[in-house]
Amino acid sequence: MRWRQAREWVIEQLIRASGISSIVMVVLIFAFLLKEGLAVFQTVPLGDFLAGQRWYPISEPPRFGILPLLCGSALVTGGAALLSVPLSIASALCISEIAKGWAKEALKTGIELFAAIPSVVLGFIGVTVLAPLIRQAFHLPTGLTALTGSITLAFMAMPTIVSITEDALSAVPRGYREAAVALGATRWQMMTRVLLPAAASGIVAAVMLGVGRVIGETMAVMMLTGNAAVIPHSLLQPVRTLTATIAAEMGETVRGSDHYSALFAIGIVLFAISFSINLVADLFLHRTRAR
Amino acid sequence: MRTRPAQNTAATPHWRRARAVQRVAFVALGLSTGLVAVTSLVVVGIILARGAGGLSWEFLTAMPAKGMRAGGIFPAIVGTLELVGLTIAFALPMGVASAIYLTEYAADTWVTRLVRLAIVNLSGVPSVVYGLFGLGLFVIFCRFGTSLLAGALTLAIMTLPVIITASEEALRSVPMSFREVSHSLGASRWQTVRHTVLPLAVPGIMTGTILGISRAAGETAPILFTVAAFYLPRLPQSVFDQAMVLPYHLYVISTQIPNIPQTQRYGTALVLVLLVLALNLSAVVLRARFRRRRQW
Repeated sequence: MRWRQAREWVIEQLIRASGISSIVMVVLIFAFLLKEGLAVFQTVPLGDFLAGQRWYPISEPPRFGILPLLCGSALVTGGAALLSVPLSIASALCISEIAKGWAKEALKTGIELFAAIPSVVLGFIGVTVLAPLIRQAFHLPTGLTALTGSITLAFMAMPTIVSITEDALSAVPRGYREAAVALGATRWQMMTRVLLPAAASGIVAAVMLGVGRVIGETMAVMMLTGNAAVIPHSLLQPVRTLTATIAAEMGETVRGSDHYSALFAIGIVLFAISFSINLVADLFLHRTRAR
Repeated sequence: MRTRPAQNTAATPHWRRARAVQRVAFVALGLSTGLVAVTSLVVVGIILARGAGGLSWEFLTAMPAKGMRAGGIFPAIVGTLELVGLTIAFALPMGVASAIYLTEYAADTWVTRLVRLAIVNLSGVPSVVYGLFGLGLFVIFCRFGTSLLAGALTLAIMTLPVIITASEEALRSVPMSFREVSHSLGASRWQTVRHTVLPLAVPGIMTGTILGISRAAGETAPILFTVAAFYLPRLPQSVFDQAMVLPYHLYVISTQIPNIPQTQRYGTALVLVLLVLALNLSAVVLRARFRRRRQW
């Protein structure tokens, strides 16, 4: 009996330890990013790092200004959001309110499966199929532009936005719909004036999580956006994002060098961005659930 | 009270215009959905059609040759499977234990709220940041070097939130009364979890784990600096070895090396997609069967 109790005590302590493992991991991630990344601020002041217009990590002296990278990420993400948000909300409405039976199930399963396609595969398809199309359509010297990245990323964000929006729509009580239709509204009026406002906070959360996924996306962006670290002026220019910079350059740095810690410092920036997006998205999600 | 618009309402110009607007709007909704669906189908279709030509027994079982321009992708397939297996071995026990803590042990306190916040944030951390973290902690700090072990640990932490969330949902779906009966028969808390709750939650946990793992299997950014070998025409000998893995291999042959035959590239893409889709489909089937059989 004593032995069994002792064993259970050990198991329960293990479970408790695993329980808080997520907190430990978040702290560890942040701690290691800081440990490796903060060193760069001894050579570059924080202001110059965030607002510097030149990213020349291997010139002499090196320049570590991430403004072009921030702009690149913002441009690609903004383009992807403009494309994916309306299409996703339309698809979610279609799946949740219009499609029935097998069509509904097929669309839901299809979107779930499309979400599973690895980003490197979509990047590859983008390089071989989409980039040549973009190059011809706009008569550009290269098809690897911010637009190419935005279109591909839009499709990567869609599954997230569609499925969370659909959850939010189906969480709206049936009575709301019935009341609207009973008052003589068409189904479209019911959707735009009752359903969407009622599901608004869930939809905002869906969009934020989709955008969060796009900002953090690495492989497809690195393969598709042309990787030119200059401040972009249009969607048809090559750009370079924060994520692609880390992925492309980390392999060539010397451990402990300024370049190495500058890349970790970009990691800190990305971590901070995703942290705040997820925090806010979670607040919106809880607002839906609380109702 | 009218339950549906009667004829006289339908006749008003106002109602007729609203109907016309609705028709246009529904067509637009349908077109948007169609655009998304068709594009997705086209992408999958291109991979299937062009990849099928590259598939052969030799492609799947031979070592790469001539600077990866010929031969097969055997080491990349094996490397991916080993990496995924190791990732499950680390992530599953920890994720399930964490979910058990959240559903069976912890009261709703500030600690659990903090845990939930941490899970939400873990699931949002960009994959390349996991790569940096893995490089800093496992490769350098723990001195594992660029190895299967370092990569699997990195991927395990990335998969953790998916497994925890799915397991928690599965555990919560077991009715409270089952636990009460178990306790009333004199079982301890752990015995209740081990013999009553956990067995019933296994299908749900498995579904979540497979979904998490399928995402890990396709990820490239976290393994760039932790596992991936550019070109290594042999199988990894131990967990401290580097390995070729499919997603990174596809990245390498599609962007880093010129003049690789398209069949090699599409073949690799197809194998990766088939692997990931097979995992996903099995999760979908498992979930559907489990839902049908559930008797409470």
